[in-house]
Parts: sequence; C-alpha cells; structure tokens
Amino acid sequence: MSTQILLLASEEAGLPIIPTLTEVIVGLIAFSLLFIVMKSKVVPRFEKAFADRTDAIQGGMERAEQAQAEAAAALKSYQDQLSDARGEAQKLREEARAQGAAIIEEMRTKAQEEANRITAAARASIEAERQQAVTSLMQEVGTIATNLASKIVGEALDDQVRQSRVVDRFLADLEGSK
Amino acid sequence: MQVAQKVTLKVTQRSSEGFASRPLLPLCLGRSLTHSRSLALNASILLASGGFVSPGSGDFVFKPVFGTSILFTKPVFQAILAAILVAVFFLISSKKAAVIPSRTQFFGESVYSFVKKDLGEDIIGHEFMKFVPFLFTLFTFIIVNNIFGIVPFMQFPTMSRFGFPVALMIFTYVIYHYVGIRKHGLGKYLKDIAFVPGVPKWIYVILTPLEIATYFIIRPFTLAIRLFANMFAGHLLLLVFIMGGDYMLHNSMVLKIMSPLSFGFGIGLTFFEFFIECLQAYIFTLLTALYIAGAIADEH
Repeated sequence: MSTQILLLASEEAGLPIIPTLTEVIVGLIAFSLLFIVMKSKVVPRFEKAFADRTDAIQGGMERAEQAQAEAAAALKSYQDQLSDARGEAQKLREEARAQGAAIIEEMRTKAQEEANRITAAARASIEAERQQAVTSLMQEVGTIATNLASKIVGEALDDQVRQSRVVDRFLADLEGSK
Repeated sequence: MQVAQKVTLKVTQRSSEGFASRPLLPLCLGRSLTHSRSLALNASILLASGGFVSPGSGDFVFKPVFGTSILFTKPVFQAILAAILVAVFFLISSKKAAVIPSRTQFFGESVYSFVKKDLGEDIIGHEFMKFVPFLFTLFTFIIVNNIFGIVPFMQFPTMSRFGFPVALMIFTYVIYHYVGIRKHGLGKYLKDIAFVPGVPKWIYVILTPLEIATYFIIRPFTLAIRLFANMFAGHLLLLVFIMGGDYMLHNSMVLKIMSPLSFGFGIGLTFFEFFIECLQAYIFTLLTALYIAGAIADEH
C-alpha cells in the first residue's frame, strides 16, 4: 500500500522545476490579455492625466505671469497719469497765480487812472467855477463900483459906450493895482 | 534559507527516527526529489502513526477544483484572478484621469510612475516609452501573484509553479532579442553578442561560447528560476513553521508550549516574505529592462 501511495505522490508532485504546459499557456494568455488592457487603456489614460497636469500647471503659471505683467502695466499707466495730473495742476496753479497777479495789476492801474481822472476833473471844475466866480465877481464889482462912482461923481453915465469904457478902464486899473 | 533547511532536516530526521522499516533517504539527492519522496513516505507514515509530515514539493501540487482537467487548479485560477484584479484596479484607477487625482488614481499613478521612471527611463534611456506598458504589466502581474502567497485563504504564491515564470520569461526573451535584431539587424546583433569588441583575439575562444550561452540560455533560465525558486522556497519556509507549529500544538505538553515560537517565526517570516515578494517582482522587471537596454544599446 505504501508503495502505491509513493508512486501516486511522486507522479503528482513531479519535479517542481519541470514546468506544466497548461500553466505556461495560461500564463502566456493571462499576461497577453493584461498587457493589451494596460497598453490600450491604462497607460494612455495615465499619460493623458500627466500631460493634462503639466498643462494645467504650466498654463496656470503663464496666466499668473500675464496677470502680473498686466498689473504692472496698469500700475505704470496710473503712475504716469498721476504724474501728468500733478504736472497739470502745477501748471494751472502757476497760470492762475500769474493771471491773478495780472488782474491785480490791471485793477490797480485802472483805479489809479480813475483816481487821476477824477482828480483832474475836480481840478478842472474847480478852476472853471473859480473862473466863473472871478468873472461874475468882476462884473458885479464893476456894476457896483460904477453905480457907486456915478453916485459919487454924480454924473450920469447913461451912455452905454461910455459906461462900458469907464468900467473897463476901472477894471484894468483894478487889475493893474493888484 | 539555512535555517529553513536545518529545520526541515531536523524534522525529517526526527520523523524518521522512530521508523526502522523506512529506508533512509540520502539527503544529498536532488532536494525536490527527496521532498516528493519523503512526502509520499511521510504520507504513509502519517497513515500508520500520525508522525510529522514535513512539507515538500507535494504541497505545490493541487488537484483540480472540479473535473479532472489540470486547467482548473488553484494556481491557474490565481493567475487568471491576478490578471483580472490588476486590469480592473488600473482601469478604475485611470478611468477619470483627472488633473487632481483621487486616492485610487493617485495610488495607480504612483505605481505607474515608479515603473516608468525607475525601471523604464533610468535604465532603458530615451527609447523607454515603447517598453513601459510591457514593464508595467510585468511588474504589476508578478507582484500581485507573489503577494497571493501571504493573502489569507489563498496563501500560495502563483509564481512558485514554474510554468508561470517561464511564460513571463518567454515574453522577455522574445522581446529583448526582437528589439535587438530590429535595431541592429540580425547579423550585427549576433556579431555584437558573440564578439565583444575591445578584447584580444585569442580571448574569443573562451568568451564567444560564454557570451552566446549568456544571451540565449543563462539569462532566460536564471530569470525564470530566480523568481520561481524564491517563491517556492519562501512558501516552503512558511509551511515548515506553520505546519510544524500546528503539529507541535497537537503533541506532547513540551511541544505544545514550544509551538507559539514556531507560529511566531511563521508570522515573522510572513512579513519577510512580503518583502521578498515585492523585491522579486522588482528584480524580474529590472532585469527585463536591463536586457532590453543592452539589446538596443549602440554597443553591447
């Protein structure tokens, strides 16, 4: 009996180093099918994921750089505008100051002129009034003096010509005595 | 390995001590032969007295799960299951191929990147992308089959059946010769192998047969054997400690007390086996990549 078992066992066990054809074939087929799945599906998908990731990261960086450049450009343009505005304000201020000064000068000149004119007019009118007063005073003084003289002299000075001649002579005397 | 052999030896000796009728087997015979024989013997001994049956190559033989065809044995199912598991996992993992990966996608990508970078790009060089799918399949298929060796309720490394490493070796063998011939032409490829440039002419007498043997016999043979033998030995080692512990547990009080030690070793070695299983998958793929790199290199 023991011989029988021995035979059976060694028949089944064999040398483990002798490959069984069935297992080789199963191994070949299983591996081939797995290889097809890996090559056609898994590897391309993973590669795609890697490529997408690279793209995403690179794209993100590029976008960030672009945004940064835009921001820098905007900052520069704002700064330019600001300095322009400052320059403009400065210019305006100076202009205003200049204008103000000019206006003040003009006003002062005008006022001076006005004052001069008023002074001159006043003087002229005073002179005219004085002249008039002198003239009328002379006439009145003449008349009064004539009247007085005629009364004193007693001579009627009816003749107009004579009268006026007498008056003129009197006035000329008067002036000459002055 | 030394420990394992010692233990196996001890056990064999011990179990044979009590049986004068049993012919002592010379242990210097081929190990596997000894194993299969002693298994058969031990089986008969077990029937007679309940002595310890040392694990042997018989433990690597499975009856068909159903029917009589050898197609329906556990290792065959495991190989198919491994292919299905790997395919399904990586299909799910890569399904979305999203820019921001999920946990599963990240894990799948990590494995893929590891094979692509460390085994493809770093070794093969600029033409590596053509071989990445092959290396990737090789690595994942082997590692899953190996890890079946410590998965509860499976606990059998598929690659300890020599047929499977042979099947994988055939792919490697065909591919590295094919790419070499396609790149250099048959004549130049063979000439480069046979006549290594830059050595004195008379050395070719020794070198040429060695080189030819290396490229056409030794490389494929060692590639398959390395994987097979590591898985075979590792599994045997676990069997010795765990079956030994089990045997001790059902024996005298002294042995009962000692049995946790054996189980402890078995558990410790399981972790060690996990390491070996990963390492061997890596080595098989690494060597394949090296052979391909050598075949397509500009000078051998």
